[in-house]
This record gives sequence, structure tokens and C-alpha cells, in this order.
Amino acid sequence: MKMTLMITRKTRTGTTRGPAGRIRPMTLAASLILVAGLGAQAPQRIVSIIPAVTEILFAIGAGSEVVGVGSYDQFPPEIADLPRIGGLIDPDIETIIALRPDLVVPYTTQVDLIAQLGRAGIPLFHYSHGTLPDILTTVRQLGNRTGRAHRAEEVARGIEADLAAIAEAVSGRPRPRTLLVIAREPGSLRNVFASGGSGFQHDMLTLAGGENVFDGSVSRAAQVTTETILQAAPDVVLEVRADQSLSPSEIAREVAAWQALPSLPAVRNSRVVLLTGSDLVIPGPRIVQGAARFAGALHPDVTLPTR
Amino acid sequence: MTDRPHAHASPAGVPADPGRTRIFSVRRRLALTLSGFGCLALVSLVVAPLIGPTPIALGRVFDSAIPFADNVDAQIFFIARLPRALAGMLVGASLAVAGVVFQALLRNPLATPFTLGVSAGASLGAMLVITFGLPMAVAGIPAVPVASLIGSLAAAGVVYAMATLRRHGLSTTVLLLAGVTLNSFFSAIIMFVQYSADFAKTFQTVRWLMGNLDVSSFQPIVAALPLMGTAFVMFATLPRALNLLTLGSDNAAARGVDVLRTQRVAFLSASLATGAAVSLSGPIGFIGIVIPHLVRLLVGADHRIVMPASACLGAAFLVACDVVARTAMAPVELPVGVITALTGGPFFLWLLMRRP
Repeated sequence: MKMTLMITRKTRTGTTRGPAGRIRPMTLAASLILVAGLGAQAPQRIVSIIPAVTEILFAIGAGSEVVGVGSYDQFPPEIADLPRIGGLIDPDIETIIALRPDLVVPYTTQVDLIAQLGRAGIPLFHYSHGTLPDILTTVRQLGNRTGRAHRAEEVARGIEADLAAIAEAVSGRPRPRTLLVIAREPGSLRNVFASGGSGFQHDMLTLAGGENVFDGSVSRAAQVTTETILQAAPDVVLEVRADQSLSPSEIAREVAAWQALPSLPAVRNSRVVLLTGSDLVIPGPRIVQGAARFAGALHPDVTLPTR
Repeated sequence: MTDRPHAHASPAGVPADPGRTRIFSVRRRLALTLSGFGCLALVSLVVAPLIGPTPIALGRVFDSAIPFADNVDAQIFFIARLPRALAGMLVGASLAVAGVVFQALLRNPLATPFTLGVSAGASLGAMLVITFGLPMAVAGIPAVPVASLIGSLAAAGVVYAMATLRRHGLSTTVLLLAGVTLNSFFSAIIMFVQYSADFAKTFQTVRWLMGNLDVSSFQPIVAALPLMGTAFVMFATLPRALNLLTLGSDNAAARGVDVLRTQRVAFLSASLATGAAVSLSGPIGFIGIVIPHLVRLLVGADHRIVMPASACLGAAFLVACDVVARTAMAPVELPVGVITALTGGPFFLWLLMRRP
């Protein structure tokens, strides 16, 4: 569990104290009771910087309290008119403070922003991407934090059930050895970045009935050489792009770039698949869709459960 | 041009036949140095494809009984390693000689192939394609190298026009200042493009800027070869004139050098070589400045020897660095530019301090 939770409390005099300490999820319930005991209320004005968190907040019904979102957030459609407060590398502290938030959810690497918000006495919920199960943990933690524990539990259970149904549908099938490509140079097989044996995309691949060729050899996403790809000899090449603007002919051209390695089993058997869409790369509630699309690409003959 | 072979009519008082002795010694030194550095380059080309994270059996690589499609050893050798080694040779040789030529042309020991904005132009072209996906593929050559080549040639064109526009001849001062300014200007646009791109694309562009020789087929090499070949044919005409040009353009002109023509050929050939190299591999730093100086420390300043020796040493050095880049942390690849600076830097400093 990479998730840590940092809680900033207001003291009686109105001055602020820095982060009260990192609290492991195990002790989360205890600390929440503690915070509740101190009179903390559910936040009314939330600023969410990371797309996954924004999606989770809306999914658990806390969307009405969201007053500002990150510049790269696109989903759900309700956020279209909300103020934008910058992104991962360029958060706009002034705009954030001007929104008078009583909860900000930054990414854990935004240390400067976190320090500034801490000085401004604004309560924080620390978030970073993790594994597939971490998504459920985040849903539940955000539910507790926003006073929507019940709805969050429903959402988390729904995601769990949907993921289990996908896993069930592909169980017993042969698991193709899959190269999961996260990024590369357009039109050629250069600067290929692939998913290693950890992270939510690796988990999605495993759940969807595939075996990551780099499971165990590369820890997380890494640049891999042509030699490594040839040696790995994947049965399926699965490429994911967040960018939905690629036309079918552009997708066909990108898939055709793999002809440079004609001997890969995936190329010989025409099992190179390029999927586009933010549901594949944002670890939020739509990850269910993404996992189902993975399963569809890996096992085209399987009928997937629909909800 | 002091070493004309037929300088027999020597005036009284001058030792007889100085030209012959000198040309003999230059030829001998050239042969000696070239065979030394040439061997180094050749050895690197032969040895590099044998080294890699995957053990391959040479017997299987060249076993024609096994169909290529089923022969993973042969695929790794011919698709992954040999093109890389060849690309490394071409890029290393091009950048090293371009460095020599720019240093002589600008009469500045700090000049590199990237000083005059050629690489910044190339980088901007690549950035635009990676970030906005411009459809610039030409005849099967992917869009990124095409765009970076266009960018580098455009930058070279602008700098050249600036240096020649306001006066007869070519002002190396204007060339240098215009180049440095254009470098900053393009860098600013690159930063802006990176800043406005989304995170994944920004990372891709940053990775491109670190340089990479994993060309994954012979096709990009074949595409770059005519440009590099042209540049090297032009390089071959330069050494004597560059020797005199380092004394200053007036001195060179007094000794019969067509200064403007030499400067023009030097600028165009070095820009072409740099542009082709960067479009093939991305901007790999350090080679263009350190290899020329290293070679000068070893063999002296005569361009007739420095240029071919730099080509060979640059090729050998980059191929060797690439072997380290792809094996040190396998299966993950290190940026080759990191290795060139990390290994070449201390060695160069040591060489610098060792000299009295």
C-alpha cells in the first residue's frame, strides 16, 4: 500500500499546524474517528488536481463540492465549467487559494505545492497512483474524508464486482504473453516504453487474462530496446494511448510500424492492438471499462459481462 | 600550400626538396594514425554486435538452415544489434568531424556541432511531430527524423543567411552570434511546446533529446547515408584550406585559399552531417567537442590527420558507449548521451592534466 494520508488540523486559535503525520491505511479508521472527534466536518469546497481523483469524487457523489479541477481533467462532463488550477507540474497556487478550498487533493510529488498549502492551513488529502487494488482504497478513503463513506463503499464494491466478472470471463483461457506499450515515437519503434511488472496497468493486463512479458524483469514502466522486445517474443502487443484523436487510418499506420519486427509472434499472427482512450490510463472508476477493453483485445472470442 | 609535390625549384639556401620530405612524413603519419584509429573503429563495429544482454550463439546467427523468422539469435543480431552499431559509427563519425570543422571555421575551441542552432532546429522539428503528431512521413521514413532534418536545415539556412546578408563574404562572428541566438530562440520554443504538451508526450520529447541509437532496422540508416556521404565528400576537400584558415582568413587568402568558398563548404558540410546525425539518433552531446580535442592532443593539429582520425575515433567511441548504454542496466536502456559524457569527460580531463 503506497497510499499515505496526511491530515492538517486547525488549532483553536485559528493558526495552523503542519502535517500532523503520515498515517498508514491500517490506522486510518482510528485517525478519522479522532478527526471527527475534534469536530472536523466534511469538506464543502474541494480542489482536485489529478484526473483520477476528480473522477472518483464525482463517482462517489462528492462532485457538487468540487470547486476547481486540474487543467488536464476531462471527465466527467460536469467539470467543463469548473475553474482550472493547473496540472501536475504547474499547479497554480494563487488560483487554488483564491477558491477558498477546505480540502485539496494534490499528488504526493507536488512537494512545493503541499508545503505552500500547508502554510496556508488548507487541509490536504495526499494521493499517488498505485496498483489496481489501491484504486479501491482511494475510493473508500475519499468517501470517508468527504462524508460519503456509504456511497463510496457501494462504488468500490461495484468496481470490485465488475473487475471480478471480467477476471471470471477470461479464467481458464490461455494467457497470451503480452507486451504492454505505454508510449513510443510516432511512426517507428523507437523509444518504446513498456509496462513492467507493477502498477495498475500491469494489474489490468493480468486481470484481463494476459501475462506481462516483463513481469519480474522490469519493475515499472521502462524504456526497452529492440533486442529486449525480440527476446521477449510477445504473443500480443497491446498499445495504449490516452489521445483519442487518432483516426482509424492513423491507428492502422501506427500498428503497421510493428512490421519492422516481422518475426514477433504478435506481428506474424496480426495480434498487435492499439487502444485509445483515457479510461485506459486514468486509475479511476472507469478502469473497469479499460480492463474490459484489455480483455476484449486479448480474448476477442470471449463475451464479456455488461452492466 | 607548402607541400606541393613539385616544389623542386627551391631557391638557394633552402634545403633541397623540403616538400618531398614533408609530404612523406605527412603521408606516413596519416597512414599510421589512420590504421590505428581505423582498426579501433573496425574492432568496435565487429565486437559491438557480439555483446548484449541476451546471449546469442554465433553459429545459429549465421545458420541459413534455420528460417530467419524462427531464428531469434539472427534477429537479435541483424535487427537489434548490427543496425545500432552501424548507426553509432555513422553518428559518431559525423558529429566528431563536424566538431572539427566548426572549431576550425569559427576559430573557437568551444564550438560544437550544436553551437550554431542546427541541433536546436532539429529538436524543434522532432518536438512538434511528437507533440502534435504532424503527418510528415516521407517515402516510408517516419515523421520524426524527417521533421528533425527539416528543422536542422532550416536553422542552418537562417544562420547562413544572417551571416552573408549584410556584407560580401561570410562573417564568422555573425555566424557564431546568430547561431547562439537561434539556439536560445529555438530552445525557448521547445520549452514552450513541452510545457503545453501533456505529460506523457513531454516525457517522450525529453527522452528524444537525450539521444538514442536503437534504430531497430537498417532503413533509417539507409535514409541518412546519402546526406552523410555528401557531407563527407565535402569534408574531403577541406583539410588543407582549414589548416590555413585557422591562421585567420586574411592569412589564408594571402596563401591562395578561396576563403569564402572554404567557409561555405565547411559550414554546409558540417551542418549537413550534424543534421543527418541528429535526425538519425537525436542530439548526442559531447562527441563533437571532446573527440576533436582528444585527437588533437594525440596527433597534433594538422587537419589532414585530425579529420579522418576524429571520424574513426568518434565512431569507435560512440559504438563503445552504446554497448554500455544497452547492457549496463539491461533490459532497461540508458541514454547513450549519459555514457558519452560520464566516460569521456574524466578521460579527457586526465589527458588534459597529463600533458606538461
